[in-house]
Amino acid sequence: MDYKDPKTSNAPDEILRAENLAAGYPGKIVWQGANFSFVRGEFVAIIGPNGAGKTLLIRLLLGLKQPSKGTITVLNLPPRRGNPKIGYVPQRHLVDNDTNIECVELVRLAYSGNRWGIGMESGKERKIALEALEAVGASELAHQPLNALSGGELQRIFLAEALVSDPEILLLDEPLSNLDIRRARELVQLVNKVVRTRNVTALLVAHDINPLLPFLDKVVYIANGKAATGIPKDVLTSESLSALYGVHIEVIRDSRGNIAIIGIEDHHGDE
Amino acid sequence: MVTNSNIFNPNLVSDLQQMFQYQFMQHAFEAGTIVAIIAGIVGYFVVLRRSAFASHALSHIGFAGAAGAVLMGANPIFGLLTFTCGGGVGMAVLGPRAVNRDVQIGTILAFMLGLGVLFISLYTGYATEAYSILFGEILGISGTDVIVTLVASLVILAAVGASYRPLLFASLDEDVAEAKGMSMPLLGVIFMLLVAVAVSISVQVVGVLLIFSLMVTPAAMARRLAKRPRNAIIISVLIALAATWSSLFIAFYEPYPVSFFITTMVFAAYLFVRYVYPSRICLECREKFSSISLGRHLEKKHPQG
Repeated sequence: MDYKDPKTSNAPDEILRAENLAAGYPGKIVWQGANFSFVRGEFVAIIGPNGAGKTLLIRLLLGLKQPSKGTITVLNLPPRRGNPKIGYVPQRHLVDNDTNIECVELVRLAYSGNRWGIGMESGKERKIALEALEAVGASELAHQPLNALSGGELQRIFLAEALVSDPEILLLDEPLSNLDIRRARELVQLVNKVVRTRNVTALLVAHDINPLLPFLDKVVYIANGKAATGIPKDVLTSESLSALYGVHIEVIRDSRGNIAIIGIEDHHGDE
Repeated sequence: MVTNSNIFNPNLVSDLQQMFQYQFMQHAFEAGTIVAIIAGIVGYFVVLRRSAFASHALSHIGFAGAAGAVLMGANPIFGLLTFTCGGGVGMAVLGPRAVNRDVQIGTILAFMLGLGVLFISLYTGYATEAYSILFGEILGISGTDVIVTLVASLVILAAVGASYRPLLFASLDEDVAEAKGMSMPLLGVIFMLLVAVAVSISVQVVGVLLIFSLMVTPAAMARRLAKRPRNAIIISVLIALAATWSSLFIAFYEPYPVSFFITTMVFAAYLFVRYVYPSRICLECREKFSSISLGRHLEKKHPQG
């Protein structure tokens, strides 16, 4: 899992960078002091309690929101809305129960839906959509209606939707939130496979880090108005979190390597 | 205006020849055909965006506009177009997201219906005009109305053609579409204008109160029958056309309103699609269901594009 493509690992190019970044709403800072640098092909988790501002970071990267302070760059440029280098899976739970449109049509629209005109090359577009579905192992779901899918199947379709424009960055907002442990692990393995084979940088928002731990390169831990970033084994320790927050925080590990963070708002990691 | 002097004959060709001797029947078929096509197409987007209330509200707003036009001695269709377009843009601007727009729609609806009440109170001899706006009077359609309808429908077709993919994508997946840089306010305005013009021309056929039967119900059926948007739109148009044509045909021989036949037929078809059609198929095997559904059938005939 530490495998890196030798051709690119020689010159790891920086994909995302933040310096002294703060985010919030007018008159209210939600978190501040975030510094990070992610290179091509890294799998990053953004974790933290509900309401800590994890989705806020995603919205900054998408250019849907401006930072309150500091700088943030995406591929060395300020974030901009509609960046084709970013594939995005928003936080959502289910599709409308009446939506019986087949999956390949949704993925196809993710590829060409931002273009005007009726689209005369629908055969070619469908082929590209089918390739994206194949990349997430969902070829057999291509002609299923969206409202017939399970939560795990839907997340795979959404992942294909994000991948269809061949992005360099994947932003996945809470894709695990409605999945049981087994489905969550399957989806994390799939994201990991996509990260490694396509050499994309993936940021995955979650409130439980444990299904992700075996695969992660970096972690952004957002809680109580601050953000800690780094390699999971350095960041997620009692010493480093206690130093950051100035209160005693305990990181507990069980025999299987699962961790729980105790002492900050709620203890998560044990759900 | 249709009397029982027309006798149904098993020879359909001679029936149609007899029917088309009357200019009002020609106009009715021309306008009815155009309206069924447009309502079937736009209706699909209405259903997909869960904007049935918006289309309903726009038709009522159109009533106020038509009343205003009658008061000023103008053709009601121009009042309809003005008010529905104005109201539609207002709704889109006040509620830029497709869902949860009900309050903004209702607010504009109440305001503009209030204007309608004012117009009616100012006008003295309106009863028959109002009746035909409320329930449709396709057999009374004039040659000018047909031309206005045709022009409006060509504008709609061009606009749907241009915004087809963005509108579909924004209706299905608003969050991703927004992140991809598409302008939700712009698409909201385009959509509302499409509905406004489609409603205005449909009112001539089924009237303000019965707009659902052409704008919403056929598309709702089509959505159940096809998994690909293009096929759903084709089915939606075919249902609207079948209902309109057969109703005009029957109304030529029976002295009852055309709108009544259209609404009844569409409702019967809806019940069939909703209850009879799926129960004839093993619901537990979804794959089987989807492969025999009409949508799949069409797809096999045209595998590409």
